[in-house]
Amino acid sequence: MADRPERTDNKPQLSLHIPEPNYRPGADEVDFSAIEIPEAGAQPRPDEACDPTETHGLCTDLIRVLGEDNRAHGPWDPKLDPDTLREMLHHFSLVRAFDERMFRGQRQGKTSFYMKCTGEEATSISTSMALQSDDMVFPSYRQQGVLIARGYPLLEMINQIYSNSGDKLKGRQLPIMYSSREHSFFSISGNLATQVPQAVGWAMASAIKHDTRIAASWVGEGSTAEGDFHAACTFASVYNAPVILNVINNQWAISSFSGFAGSERATFASRAIGYGLAGLRVDGNDPLACYAAERWAANRARTNSGPTLIEFFTYRAEGHSTSDDPSGYRSAQERDAWPLGDPVVRLKNHLIELGEWDEDRQAEMDLKAAEKVKADTKEAEKNGILGHGMHQPFHTMFEDVFEEEPWHLKEQNAQSQAERDKKYPDGVPH
Amino acid sequence: MATELKMPALSPTMEEGTLAKWLKSEGDKIEIGDIIAEIETDKATMEFEAVDEGTLAKILVEEGTEGVSVGTVIAMMADEGEDVGDVEAPAAKSDNSSDEKEDVEGEGKDVGREPSEAEVTQTAEKPTRSPASDPAIPEGTNMVSTSVREALRDAMAEEMRRDERVFVMGEEVAQYQGAYKVTQGLLDEFGEKRVVDTPITEYGFAGLGTGAAMGGLRPIVEFMTFNFAMQAIDHIVNSAAKTNYMSGGQMRCPVVFRGPNGAASRVGAQHSQNYGPWYASVPGLIVIAPYDAADAKGLMKAAIRSEDPVVFLENELVYGRSFDVPELDDYVLPIGKARIVREGSDVTIVSYSIAVGLALDAAEKLAEDGIDAEVIDLRTLRPLDKQTVLESLKKTNRMVVAEEGWPTCSIASEIVAICMEEGFDYLDAPVTRVNNEDVPLPYAANLEAMALIDTDRIVKAVKKVCYVEEEGRR
Repeated sequence: MADRPERTDNKPQLSLHIPEPNYRPGADEVDFSAIEIPEAGAQPRPDEACDPTETHGLCTDLIRVLGEDNRAHGPWDPKLDPDTLREMLHHFSLVRAFDERMFRGQRQGKTSFYMKCTGEEATSISTSMALQSDDMVFPSYRQQGVLIARGYPLLEMINQIYSNSGDKLKGRQLPIMYSSREHSFFSISGNLATQVPQAVGWAMASAIKHDTRIAASWVGEGSTAEGDFHAACTFASVYNAPVILNVINNQWAISSFSGFAGSERATFASRAIGYGLAGLRVDGNDPLACYAAERWAANRARTNSGPTLIEFFTYRAEGHSTSDDPSGYRSAQERDAWPLGDPVVRLKNHLIELGEWDEDRQAEMDLKAAEKVKADTKEAEKNGILGHGMHQPFHTMFEDVFEEEPWHLKEQNAQSQAERDKKYPDGVPH
Repeated sequence: MATELKMPALSPTMEEGTLAKWLKSEGDKIEIGDIIAEIETDKATMEFEAVDEGTLAKILVEEGTEGVSVGTVIAMMADEGEDVGDVEAPAAKSDNSSDEKEDVEGEGKDVGREPSEAEVTQTAEKPTRSPASDPAIPEGTNMVSTSVREALRDAMAEEMRRDERVFVMGEEVAQYQGAYKVTQGLLDEFGEKRVVDTPITEYGFAGLGTGAAMGGLRPIVEFMTFNFAMQAIDHIVNSAAKTNYMSGGQMRCPVVFRGPNGAASRVGAQHSQNYGPWYASVPGLIVIAPYDAADAKGLMKAAIRSEDPVVFLENELVYGRSFDVPELDDYVLPIGKARIVREGSDVTIVSYSIAVGLALDAAEKLAEDGIDAEVIDLRTLRPLDKQTVLESLKKTNRMVVAEEGWPTCSIASEIVAICMEEGFDYLDAPVTRVNNEDVPLPYAANLEAMALIDTDRIVKAVKKVCYVEEEGRR
């Protein structure tokens, strides 16, 4: 940059603001007391068909249901029966056991990559339980809880993660980038935020066809900086699309804290105000609040009352992925100091408070979840693991590029097969 | 059965590391989550956690060993109930790397193949294939002079009448009838739910179109020009083109992205680009770039019916040109089939889009000099109809590719490569490219004209491959 010319006046110097997180590694006591945490149950619940402006106060509030007393409070209490709460807790237990084992499996070379959702389970599991099972979901890469809540087999997830011979996606996708048409779960894309306008487009298609299904997308707070997020908000608003835009504010986009996406100036939920969307800001570690908010938005969308943008305020308790080491950029105390607690513990304590659960049953459930994951892992390993080499029949490489295999790929396929047949007349060695 | 413990990878790119320390000894019981060893790379230290329980039976790589490759078995673990003493180290794989390799004639040095295998790299016999031909136009069919603009509109309207899932979206497509009036009359006939004006964000509405296609509709996404689609290319290439593949064949994305492509007239460097070669390089995309009105109509109808995402490249300067279009109820052309637009015997000029017109003009001039040129309109850029190209080459033995676009990594380059690989024996002269100059297109009229391909340049190139020094003399 050119040197600044010598000052000849007394005008104020301009200065640039660079956001900086509060707690770097080795920082003194982590203190989150500046985060305003309103009382559970104190937030109003407008009618689902209300004018978007009636929700705008909630964009800077924090919808909470579970209080310090482990009881449900206020108008957002979804009043779920104990069986549903136990089902939710079971999904929590299963996804946590799954994350643990897959993470370790990556460390042993059974796959190349994995991402945990620890601490954010409620934002995918409780929310998807609030949707219909055939509502179309456009998640990002950290919503394995949606698949688990929808009953997608763990074995299929592991097959995909191991990229083995059982992989339904035929070895084409990165580990964890699942896809299941049957479960109305779109193919996870590695490109950030592209799923958001696609969800809006899907929802518009559903509306044009007079279908009854709505769409929901998930995006991280960091990715709301992408143009796609803003285009999606514009379109959702302009066409009143039956869609829910979930923003998972887990405070960290790999090593960039939420300030780099604008959190120092405004909440992510308040993006809704400018676009004329309904907006809600929710305690993302409160499973009941997550369920209630998503259900509110789903009912709203389903009755042609409009789209909703929801910010789930949560904390990414683990690293971004197996390729990330968060001890290099944030204080290790943050996780324990996080003022909104752990969603699994909060739901468990709520059920215990209701007299519907106890620690022994929890321990038994956790053990069973770990055993289930272990058994499915062993089963998946029969189909091979990443390091074992070729799992997919060679010819499949040329398939599904187009609806019909074009002649040049047929030629290539036939030629490569001929070559292999000549080289390995007794079959390809593994 | 004993479990092999392998050198773990800290990241997908890690290839080797140092086994810094064993934290467990042979005979130790191991629980899930126990840290067994410490691994170091130049970037970080990692704890190696157990994912299974059992007993550490044998340590195969001593601590302090450097350069341990990822995947190397570093220890064996006995499962519950298994006798530690029974655990064997895995048998070392036989190393064939030092085997002397016989040189096989015609196969390059040291390929290690048996002479009988030599044929494997020779060209395999081609499976018979012939892309579908154009439907026969019944004798006596009325031919109607139609502009390319009207032909495109008619194709969309016919498909919208036929299939209610088809809709058009884009900037100015509804009330304004399209920036280049290609959607003229569609709003009146189909209403605002099927002819949708969008906010100004190509990135956004390409994403919406992609999503709507996933959602079971048949969107036609109009870009005011393909230059503006650069911000949308992520959706086109990374989402639409890969939906089928990435979903393991479960999902489709039947969307048509269409709009004018290539240089228009005095619109400067940023608005005068040919994206044909860009999109044609992408597996999963169909890329169509027609020249005349009949092809525009027949191929647009095919594009809308395609289960695959289609990039349909039009040309602003051609919109107003009129050509004969057969008056048929349902005129659909095959995707992936080139058309010989002028038969000839001395030389082949391969082209597509606006350059087809230049190639035809060049053929007329060449005829005056006694050179009989064949002109091929590729029409579809992916899949490319190389059969038609190669058959013409076999007949004429000389080829020039005329393309309105840059030369580097162009469709012309691709044709040259095909001729080198599969038509070498038929060539009497090098295949020659005639493209725009390799510069951003200037705005100034004189510079613009100099930078763009023209008829004279095609004529000159043809004479060169025909070894004709001066006009009229061979």
